[in-house]
Amino acid sequence: MEESSRRTFLKLAGFSALGLGAKPVLDAFASSGGEQSKPMVMKGADALKAKRWALVIDTRKFESEKDLEPMIEVCHKIHNVPKLANKRHEIKWIWTEEFKHIFSTQTHAFLNDRVKHLPFLTLCNHCEKPACVRACPTKATFKREDGIVLMDFHRCIGCRFCMAACPYGSRSFNFRDPRPFIKETNLKFPTRMKGVVEKCNFCAERLAVGKVPACVEVSKGALAFGDLEDSKSKVRELLSSNFTIRRKPALGAGPSVFYIV
Amino acid sequence: MPKKKMYDQGKVFAGLAIFVGLLIFPFLLNLGKAAPAPELKLSDKAKAAKECVESKAYMTAEHMQLLNEWRETVVRNAQRVYVNSSGKKFEMSLSNTCLDCHSEKAEFCDKCHNYAAVTPYCWDCHVDPKETM
Repeated sequence: MEESSRRTFLKLAGFSALGLGAKPVLDAFASSGGEQSKPMVMKGADALKAKRWALVIDTRKFESEKDLEPMIEVCHKIHNVPKLANKRHEIKWIWTEEFKHIFSTQTHAFLNDRVKHLPFLTLCNHCEKPACVRACPTKATFKREDGIVLMDFHRCIGCRFCMAACPYGSRSFNFRDPRPFIKETNLKFPTRMKGVVEKCNFCAERLAVGKVPACVEVSKGALAFGDLEDSKSKVRELLSSNFTIRRKPALGAGPSVFYIV
Repeated sequence: MPKKKMYDQGKVFAGLAIFVGLLIFPFLLNLGKAAPAPELKLSDKAKAAKECVESKAYMTAEHMQLLNEWRETVVRNAQRVYVNSSGKKFEMSLSNTCLDCHSEKAEFCDKCHNYAAVTPYCWDCHVDPKETM
């Protein structure tokens, strides 16, 4: 009698365990047929995609500062970049510099006159091996799948390690609240706040809706934007048919901005 | 065992009564005077749309989590389109999607945030078209 009762108890317990185990499975089957599905996220249908975005600047098409102004202006306007008179507080995403300054390792005393006095456009190089990304303690700066080195302003704590790490001076720090210094705010794009670092984002917000960067759009063909990994892209075509240089190549950061001089 | 005598009984109980009185004084003073929950005013556009990105109950309780996920996916994963439970698509943008419908930030966001004494720092960077113009 005792044996048989233990036997029935174990049987019962076994079946119960089986039943409990099967419940989640049954639930999953029951819910999969429902009308409501789980919300999901995706890229926009028009979004431009690449393995590694790059920019080729044909400096032969520029003569003076005036030719470069529209590009700087449009960038700073659409991204709500403040205009601060004090040089030490200046914020810049794209700006001009002389050859001897941006190509400091490639310059010499006997440059030809055109190159010596020509203003060169410079911006974040969206490096292959970005030093800023390694320096950032909060991962506020990160490298996207398509090669863009982007900032997540939400995470920036303003430590400025990235500014110290960047060999190209591409980053600016908001020492002051930038809002009073923005002439016309672009309502479609956020501003920044005091205490964060900012820089060029290769127009990530425009690429997401199928547009090329604003500077490229207004450059009248002097700037070319495309995928470095795609052998048929515009940038690869230009790179294979012209001699190009990059800033501070010996550092090994691998800039994605190329110059035809 | 003989019963022990309690000394200064009167003083002890009087002291206790004063202490309890002081303790509950603020509660008594404000009894029934709690500020009523704010009435949110929906903009005409939001009223016409009838439904938000998700159900009203979900948005009331979870909008902060939703916005947090949105900022993560947009900035970090470059995914900018949200497909809700009923398959409708939205651009994930605080200024351009949320505020497009809820155009009265002062009457909608702020009212409740002030009542609940929360100060989200969204607006340090994200632009409210009305306040900027």
